[in-house]
Order: sequence, then structure tokens, then C-alpha cells
Amino acid sequence: MTNTVLTIDNVSRVFPGMRGGAPVRALEPTNLSVTENDFITILGPSGCGKSTLLRIVAGLDKPTSGRVVLKGQEIRAPGADRGMVFQSYTLFPWLTVADNIAYGLREKSVPSSMRREIVASYIDKVGLRGFEQHYPKQLSGGMQQRTAIARALANDPAILLLDEPFGALDNQTRSLMQELLLGIWERERKTVLFVTHDIEEAIFLASRVVVMTARPGQIKADIPVELPHPRHYRMKTSIEFSDLKALLTEEIRVEAMRASEVH
Amino acid sequence: MRRPLEPVSQGLRVVLGISFFVLFVAAWAFATLGGYVSRTFLADPITMLQDGWLLLTKFGFLTDIGVTVWRVVGGFILAAVVAVPIGVLMGAYKPFEAFLEPFISFARYLPASAFVPLLILWAGIGEMQKLLVIFIGSVFQIILMVAVAVGNTRRDLVEAAYTLGSNDRGVVRRVLIPANAPEIAEILRLVLGWAWTYVIVAELIGSSSGIGHMIIDSQALLATGQMIFGIIVIGIIGLISDFMFKALNRTLFPWRLA
Repeated sequence: MTNTVLTIDNVSRVFPGMRGGAPVRALEPTNLSVTENDFITILGPSGCGKSTLLRIVAGLDKPTSGRVVLKGQEIRAPGADRGMVFQSYTLFPWLTVADNIAYGLREKSVPSSMRREIVASYIDKVGLRGFEQHYPKQLSGGMQQRTAIARALANDPAILLLDEPFGALDNQTRSLMQELLLGIWERERKTVLFVTHDIEEAIFLASRVVVMTARPGQIKADIPVELPHPRHYRMKTSIEFSDLKALLTEEIRVEAMRASEVH
Repeated sequence: MRRPLEPVSQGLRVVLGISFFVLFVAAWAFATLGGYVSRTFLADPITMLQDGWLLLTKFGFLTDIGVTVWRVVGGFILAAVVAVPIGVLMGAYKPFEAFLEPFISFARYLPASAFVPLLILWAGIGEMQKLLVIFIGSVFQIILMVAVAVGNTRRDLVEAAYTLGSNDRGVVRRVLIPANAPEIAEILRLVLGWAWTYVIVAELIGSSSGIGHMIIDSQALLATGQMIFGIIVIGIIGLISDFMFKALNRTLFPWRLA
């Protein structure tokens, strides 16, 4: 059961100073170990280095010290084994929804019949049937992010990384997207690392909430969420949920205040 | 009066666009037919049309038009075939850009028209010389503009491609090129317009055919009607090619309008 998928081993990140300024310590040496089927949300105030940490895991940024190991392999570059969903809309605007989802499969030279099958199954999972031939421009923000999730999952990555994927969506859509993502996770038991600054979102989705401190970021608390699955949105008003929310609100508030003093 | 940025309907747009042409020709007719401008210097619109008809029916002007169009298209395609790949590589690979960019920035300010005498020495007064003038005038412009466009590709799209398993070549082939294809087409449309200027300059000197040659010939005869007709023909061809380019872009890149 304790099958470690990902190990973050003393990873830190220092950005060199701009125009002769002092270097910025974005991330203090951080350790985290992710077990198979974990749904970890990384919660922290803005600018706490949580996105930096995720980008290092994705291979899009390099750690100043330490290393990230995925299934025994040290990460040096981005790869299809780590699917990523960004906060900004990153669908390829020149490809249809179906071709966007098939992008990674084409890069892997999956034969076209199999590709079609996989794409169709993910179109169903994210509820986009009928929109296969639409271009991203024709979709709402929520639909674009659903396509982006399908595009990342179609590659069957060892771990799915999400960087505030619902941050730009309105509240109602965000809530529906959380349920959709959670539904997929409950069915397919993917390993997920999800960055957010939204406390409710962090609790609702997670099996573990990792709280980060204000810059320079480091892990402050690692709190298991033992709410039963399948989770329903009404759970957000339960006592257990409220208790967790109160606890995390306190943790985050201190950090947000520290962050606002620094800046 | 309308408010700033308030759109106009398609119908009104067409009417307004045509009405300026009408106004322009009316002012021209008034100045020339009214006797305010000497006929020696400026022909009136009617004489211009008569001269034009004569040119087309008696003096084989259609051949001249054909020759000029061929030169523009030939030189332009040559330039595009060389410049687009170099521009893409420069935009994608920064050492390559650092290597070529300073020289090309310098070369693009070399006026193509000033090369005409030199090119006559090198290539004679044949077709090769005309093509080279257009080539020199277009190639550096296209390279630089394409390089800038490719260099400005959204970083998050490139990053998304990497996390989906693309390698470096895949990113160039499947992200940088398709993402910028519409802009590259726009650049080509723009530079094609400039190529028309170069071809006329090339034809004004040491040429025995083409629209530019007809214009310089007519100058010796003080046939301002013919000269103006030649210039207007260039304008019309430019308008048509622009229109065709736009229509082609619309069908090639439906995702932009979607």
C-alpha cells in the first residue's frame, strides 16, 4: 500500500536577483513523498513557491538544490509521465478538442484507431461529447479546462499535476469542475498533485492537504483528510469539513499576514 | 457622429469605401476636365481610360502585365522559400538568432533599388536581375518578421507540449510552426505588397518589358494617360492579390475566426 510514486528530496529554488537585486529565495529545501493514488493538494498564499515546486516536478524549472525522483528515476526534463494542467488556457488553438486530446498520443505514435478510441473515452469522461470538432476559441473556460484535463490524462501519466487549474473560473463552474475531477480520481485512482490557494477546494479534493508558508516557501503542515468517498458537494457543509476548514484557515491566515508584511 | 470604436455595419462599410473612390475620381475629373491642370502634366480620367484601352488592345500591354506579375511572384516565392525556414529557426533557436540577427538587421536597410545598377553588372538585364531585386528587397524583411513572430510564441503552449511528451523537434514542428502559420501568412501578404514597389523600380531601369517599362516609355512620349493607367493597374492587381491572400488565409486557418 505504501507505494511511493514521487519523492521530493530537499528541493529548493533560488531565483537570481534582477538588475543587481538580491536573489529571491522562492522555495526553502522541501521534502515530500507522494504515495500511489494520493490526491495531494498544496495549499498556500500567493507567491509562496507552490507553483515553483510543481513546475520543478513537471521538469519545467530546475531546482537549485535537491532532486525529484519519479518511480526511481530522477527528473531532469519534462516528460509524458507527468501530465500537467495549467491555470492559463493552454489548449492548442489550431487543434480541435479531439486533436488536442490526441496530441500526446500522436507524439507517442499511437496508431490512429487506438488514438480515436482513447480520445472518445476521455471525451465521455469529461462530458464533452458533441464538442469533438470545436476549436478552443468556441469553448467556455470550464470546457477548455476539462479538455486540458482530458489531454493530460489521455497520456496515462504516472502522476497528474494541476496548477490552480480552476483559478480563472467562476465559483459555480469551479465547484462543478471539482466534482468532475474528483469523480475521475475516485474511478481511476490516479496519483494527483494539485496546487491551490482555495481552502475549500484543497479540503474537498484531497486525501492530504500540504500547507506551505509564505515566501520563502516551505511545508508547514501535512494534514490527512479522512472524509469518506465518494464525496458529494453537500459535504462542504458537514461538521468535519468545517472543522478542517477552520484549522486550515488559521494556518493560512498567519502566512497570508506574514506575506503581506514582507511585500 | 459615432462614438470611438463603435462598429459599422458591413453594408455601410462597403458604401463608405466605394464613395471615397468616387470622390477621388470626381476631384481628379474636376481638376483636369475643368481646365485647372495642364493636360501635359495630368491626363483626365477619360483620356486615361482611352489610352488604357489602346494599350491593352493595340500595344500588347497584357503581355507586360503578365511579365511583371510573373517577376513579382517568382522573386517573392524565391524569397519566401529561403526566408521562412531561416526565420523559424532564428525564432526557435537563440544562438542561431544571435548569429544572424545583427547582419540581417543591417541588410534589411540596404535599399533594394540601390542594388539595381550593381545587379545589372552581375546578372545582366535579363529576368534573373529582376528576380534578384525582388529577392533582396523581400528576403531580409521576411526573415526578421518571421523570427520575431516565432520568438513571441506563447511560452505556456510550448511548456504544455513538453509536458505532453514533445521533444525539441516536435515543439518546432507541432507548436511553433502551426501557432505562427497565420502570422507568417500575414507577413507574406505584407511583404508581397512591398515586392510590387521593387519590381517597378527594377523595370524602370534597363528593361524591355513589364509595366514599369511601359511607364518609362510613356514618359518619353508625355503620355500621362498611359502612365496613370499603368500605375492604376498595379494598384488593382495589388488589391486583387491582397484579397486572394486574405481569402486563402481564412480557409487555411479557420481556428482563428472560430
